[in-house]
Amino acid sequence: MPNFIMSYLDPNVKLTPGSAGSQFWALIYVLIIFVGVSLTVMWLLNWVERKALAHFQVRLGPMRVGPHGLLQPFADALKLMLKEDIIPSEADQFVFWVAPLIGLFASFTVYTVIPFGPSQAVSDMNIGILFMLGVSSLGVLGIVVAGWASNSHYPLIGALRSSAQMVSYEVAMGLAVVSAVLMTSLNATGTGTLSMIGIVQAQQQQGVWFIFKFFPLGLIAFVIFAIAMVAETNRAPFDLAEAESELTAGYHTEYSGLRWSLFMLAEYAAMMAVSSIAVTLWLGGWMRPFPNLLHAPAWEFVFSLFPGLTFLGVAAITFVGVARMPSQSFFKIQRIGLAVFAALLGFIALLLLVIAVAGRSADMSVAARFREGIDYVYWFLLKVAVFIYLFIWYRATWPRYRFDQLMKIGWKVMLPISLGVLIVTAIVGVIVS
Amino acid sequence: MNPAMNSALNSGMAPVATPWFFYVLAVVAVASGVAVITRRNAVHAALALIVALLAVAGLYLMLYAPFVAGVQIIVYAGGIMVLFLFVIMLVNIERSTKERRFNRMWPVGLAAACALLALFVSAIVKGKALFSDRGMPLPEASNTQQIATLLYGEAGRMGQYTFAFEIASLLLLVAILGAVIMTKKKI
Repeated sequence: MPNFIMSYLDPNVKLTPGSAGSQFWALIYVLIIFVGVSLTVMWLLNWVERKALAHFQVRLGPMRVGPHGLLQPFADALKLMLKEDIIPSEADQFVFWVAPLIGLFASFTVYTVIPFGPSQAVSDMNIGILFMLGVSSLGVLGIVVAGWASNSHYPLIGALRSSAQMVSYEVAMGLAVVSAVLMTSLNATGTGTLSMIGIVQAQQQQGVWFIFKFFPLGLIAFVIFAIAMVAETNRAPFDLAEAESELTAGYHTEYSGLRWSLFMLAEYAAMMAVSSIAVTLWLGGWMRPFPNLLHAPAWEFVFSLFPGLTFLGVAAITFVGVARMPSQSFFKIQRIGLAVFAALLGFIALLLLVIAVAGRSADMSVAARFREGIDYVYWFLLKVAVFIYLFIWYRATWPRYRFDQLMKIGWKVMLPISLGVLIVTAIVGVIVS
Repeated sequence: MNPAMNSALNSGMAPVATPWFFYVLAVVAVASGVAVITRRNAVHAALALIVALLAVAGLYLMLYAPFVAGVQIIVYAGGIMVLFLFVIMLVNIERSTKERRFNRMWPVGLAAACALLALFVSAIVKGKALFSDRGMPLPEASNTQQIATLLYGEAGRMGQYTFAFEIASLLLLVAILGAVIMTKKKI
């Protein structure tokens, strides 16, 4: 096989393809992430959000396309692709056309540094967290420009609101991030790191997730970030940029069809990206719970069963769904479809369990490496999934802020608290070291 | 730089930053820089400026200065340009596109630009003599740490630029206070 494929498969190379300088594997990783994220966003996230919101409001949600509406997102995507793509005649054609792409590129570029595992990332940049904050802040340009190019009142107001909001919350967000980065420098050398992988490894070395470090300082910084990231992604209760009761749909009022769906894709991808920042900085990234306390091989084995068991649980729930389907002939096809889906989930569960058992030895066999990689990605994605669910939960629970309230919270509450936390963290860090 | 990376680099993997990238980034930077001053529409000019800033950030990356590149994206492309656009969007574009764009000062501007160009050309022509090889690029993996050492110093020792850095931050603080006081008469 060609050298550029084999060179990275060497079990001694424990680097991200970017750091190893392997363009081929970097490209493969990028493709995997791009397809994975797009599919998750388009299908899973869309479905989960609609279903969860519906259940919060005591509705059923989509039920018709596919069993329990599982194929609804695909029907939606098809509809959006076939819809007429209208560009208002008074709009600035070029900017109108390019605006959704800016947001999309910004939110997808961020994924190059997200560490799904110690070597499961496209690249381990030395400036990882800086790069993430910078590129994700470019996403606001897409919104601003979209609102302006529409040449219409509601979009312009939405864009202005959104840019004011993002600029204000970025400050608190950045300060919270800095206090987490400060904590990485509490080691023998005294130098911290900005690399996303380095931050997780620092938590590993210190034996504590940064959310629990210097309790409650880490927790406060984390809460600040968790609030700011909701504002940063323009989600409820901070979704004033698209407040439908006052601004129709805000900055994307004039958009239709595929271009509109690009905005949605960018928003959901950005949600996952900021959740990954929070997970990496405060929740130990790819680490499983208690890696220092429960590090015996037996515990290692028990925790490596989790991915398989999760899929087994989902498969079991799906089978219950099959059994509970009404037995009329009308539901026959749906029933068969759901059974096939459940069988597929069960098969994946079986596969994961087999890998966990085959790779339980600590040696560097192929199965063990595979098992390790699956564990890392599983724990990372599980933590991100919790955040995504929280995003949906917020949207179902809280009413929207008024704009002056939003600014007040950003500048008069979050900013002073995050500054204070930063200063106190620095002082405590100096005292401890 | 850790040993694993050393071995990976020594095993014949080419660096990603090739001259090809330089030419692409340079062409993009120059083209969008020209677009900034030739576009009549202010928003188009601002967008072109963002592209130019991003291309320059890419050039910083090629010079093994990832920290500068990151700061360039956050501060200029992210923060300042959003504020730029924020203001420009409120300007009446129709009227401003009809106004005359170059006033009588353009010969002065041209002269200044030519002087800067001459400086750059001379730096390129005798660059070897002007800049010694002492400051060879640091490995990418420790670049940010080196900047931190220069700015803040190591354990117990003041950094080379700590004083200048603090002065600059004080100046910025004064500027911020001045801006607040000037815009808000009642505090």
